[in-house]
Amino acid sequence: MLQYFRNTFKKSGAARTLVASAGLLVAASAAQAVDLTVYTAVEAEDLKKYAKAFNKINPDIKIKWVRDSTGIVTAKLLAEKNNPRADVVWGLAATSLMLLKAEGMTEPYAPMGVDKLDKKFVDADSPPHWTGMDAWIASVCFNTVEGKKHGLPVPTSWKDLTNPVYKGHVVMPNPNSSGTGFLDVSSWLQMFGEEGGWKFMDALHQNINWYTHSGSKPCKQAASGETPIGISFAFRGAKSKAKGAPLEIILPSEGIGWDMEATAIIKGTKKLAAAKKLVDFTITREANVMYNKGYAVVAYPGVAKKVKYFPEGILAAMIDNKFEWAATNRKRILTKWQSRYDSKSLPKKK
Amino acid sequence: MADTIQAAQAAQRAVVRPKISRDDWIMRSIMVVIGVFLLVAVLLPLYTMMSKSVEDKGGGFIGLANFSEYFSTPALFNSAFNSLSISITTTIIILIVTFIYAYALTRTCMPFKWFFKVVAVVPLLTPSLLGGISLIYWFGNQGVLKELLLGEKIYGPIGITMGSAYWVFPHALMIVITALSITDARLYEASDSLRASKLKTFFTVTIPGCKYGLISAGFVVFTLIFTDFGVPKVVGGNYNMLATDIYKQVIGQQNFQMGAVVSVVLLVPAVIAFSVDRIVQRKQIALLSARAVPYTPKPSRGRDLSMLAFCSVIAIIIIAMIGMAQYAALVTFWPYNLEFSLANYDFDVMDGGGWEAFWNSIEMALYTALFGTIIVFSGAYLMEKGRGFTTGRSILHMVAITPLAVPGMVLGLAYIFFFNHPDNPLHFIYGTMTILVVATIVHFYTVSHLTAVTALKQMDPEFESVSASLKTPFYKTFARVTVPVCLPAVFDISIYLFLNAMTTVSAVVFLYASDTTLASVAVLNMDDAGDVAPAAAMAMMIAYTCAAMRIAHVVLTRGIARKTQAWRHQ
Repeated sequence: MLQYFRNTFKKSGAARTLVASAGLLVAASAAQAVDLTVYTAVEAEDLKKYAKAFNKINPDIKIKWVRDSTGIVTAKLLAEKNNPRADVVWGLAATSLMLLKAEGMTEPYAPMGVDKLDKKFVDADSPPHWTGMDAWIASVCFNTVEGKKHGLPVPTSWKDLTNPVYKGHVVMPNPNSSGTGFLDVSSWLQMFGEEGGWKFMDALHQNINWYTHSGSKPCKQAASGETPIGISFAFRGAKSKAKGAPLEIILPSEGIGWDMEATAIIKGTKKLAAAKKLVDFTITREANVMYNKGYAVVAYPGVAKKVKYFPEGILAAMIDNKFEWAATNRKRILTKWQSRYDSKSLPKKK
Repeated sequence: MADTIQAAQAAQRAVVRPKISRDDWIMRSIMVVIGVFLLVAVLLPLYTMMSKSVEDKGGGFIGLANFSEYFSTPALFNSAFNSLSISITTTIIILIVTFIYAYALTRTCMPFKWFFKVVAVVPLLTPSLLGGISLIYWFGNQGVLKELLLGEKIYGPIGITMGSAYWVFPHALMIVITALSITDARLYEASDSLRASKLKTFFTVTIPGCKYGLISAGFVVFTLIFTDFGVPKVVGGNYNMLATDIYKQVIGQQNFQMGAVVSVVLLVPAVIAFSVDRIVQRKQIALLSARAVPYTPKPSRGRDLSMLAFCSVIAIIIIAMIGMAQYAALVTFWPYNLEFSLANYDFDVMDGGGWEAFWNSIEMALYTALFGTIIVFSGAYLMEKGRGFTTGRSILHMVAITPLAVPGMVLGLAYIFFFNHPDNPLHFIYGTMTILVVATIVHFYTVSHLTAVTALKQMDPEFESVSASLKTPFYKTFARVTVPVCLPAVFDISIYLFLNAMTTVSAVVFLYASDTTLASVAVLNMDDAGDVAPAAAMAMMIAYTCAAMRIAHVVLTRGIARKTQAWRHQ
């Protein structure tokens, strides 16, 4: 029967044309659109904007977003190490990308015009494994209405938060799942030293109401009055404030931890050419102007303008972050953090 | 001599192995297909998951090192204790409440029974997360009734207990109602004529009569709470439970080995509860006698009114929970701007996948209902009515019952390990709609399977014998007799699969991809990001979809029943 089909098929010229045109169609559609799977931890509300800006220049590359919080995206990438599904990572914590680089999962590539970026925002290797987009910085969201209700003074420093007056009023992200939580902990250990950092966290722990899984939740909970004080990041605070939440965004006086949102190509991608085009775009001036809509500090020098509702003096407050140290010590810090603070499973005695 | 022996052997062979007909071959090949499905979708992933728990990160065998690490970490060990204590407390509370509620529905002349039956089903229509979300709006720091907690916090054991009790209530109720419905009225007559007091009758007739049902409900509820992840995720605060630990280990710490270890730990009580339940259910069946007389309650004003009061309180709580979720979803910015708006329904600017997630969920639920019903029902048919292959059939039956003992998160994690391995030829289904459908079918396989088996058991095996002797192929009998007769059960299975596919979080949370986000997972992710009101809005969208399907199911079943089930009432 198969033979019969084959024979008739061979004979029929119409079939041959059909096959040929089908082949052409496939070839044409391949040239038309490439689907790029892009993993990201960028806030959901910005994704469409980012894709649209990119497609203005590259209409033939379609971005398929996989978005989740930093911990989850990192976990996914590591889980898929033997079998990567992502082509590009656009907007993930630089410490996570360093981890991926150490695992040999990133493809080194020097995007067009990379030398224009601030050196701090580019991987030291040549060609670099990752390039930065913007800085995402810790800050404290303080709900003025709830603060007044409970008679709480406005905190101005990290150490202030250990004051017993705030007992049960502070919420922070769990560094095990949240990138923001991790940059907080890593910055405290860098600012106060290893011993002082843990001592500070011991004291802070006494005041913590609960630890959240995500980094934006503490600020959103502060915005809705579920807690008076949320340790979160400035971007989130500014967004909630814009929605009318009675928030004050505080940069603690000792200095603030930060991480970069960064971009990298995943090694083994079958769409390297398209991936390179995307990474080229992510470091352009235009892209940086776009990042600047939400983030006050971006990788392209001279672009950053003041962002509405963002607190003043961010650049001065940012600590000199040792990313390599944070990336290599990540596991140790997280394990220690968990054994110290996650074990307190029973509700606190009043 | 040799000839006779050969002849005898030939005769023996002939006796032991009757000729296998074409019918049998078809039957056997379908059975093999279903067997392979269960092997690939249940046994192999579980095996992979268990072997992960005794491997290090690189995949080398390290024996029980992971387990000893687990048990020496107080944080993790504490969670096991917390899970146990919450599950036991909630189970006891829910058994008492359920018993009274079911008693009112089956043994009294309380008015508005239909209403209370309908209300009791409501928690089934939403993901378990919804209970937690509502509790935050009622009792959270900006909660309406915060003062009722007398300074205690809703975040923690109190919240988990209340939230869990809410969503497991209908599960327990169904079992207890069944148990209370099958009592023999003659026992009450006997007790009455022996002049036993009402109280004595209660303790010597009522309670023993439904004790197996209560035990069964207890174990089912215990397992549900023990393995649930939605409620503690939302209102757990710092109170860690095993199910949330798996999530933290896998998602937060990228520690898949430890996730596998917690999974095994989670599996143990679930398997024990499941085995005890199986034994108990077998006894329950033995209790029923053919000559039992159905019990009809007599009116008693005091009892009926107090029951009405009790059931009303429960019904009000259920309505308050779901009502608050809807209210919160419509409020613009809780608690500072209580004006109504649809701002929280703008899912596309939030985490979780937006409106697409909602449509994906409906698609996923429809596929699950369709393919799940086909696989489950034909599987049950072959296991129950098939000929030959006896050992194979009983093994299949065992495998079909296994998924009930496997918590959803464990199943999800097992699927990652198994299907995302590059050497797996089925790897291509990873990250697709298919894997979500397969995982969901497997997750809810057992109850569907048992429903099908019960319905098939009610059918006389004569049907098969007669059609076989008439040389009708079995598939004709199946299509023309078995399926029409069992149609109510078939519909029950598909609605059960549909509702669960819409509301489940645990198995699919590890398996969805960017273009297959689901509504229930969106609820979780939005709550996680602090967008609690949109999470409530999405949960209510799920509730309305499920309610609509449920109503359609009732209407359809009634219509079909009139056509196909008329013989039952003659």
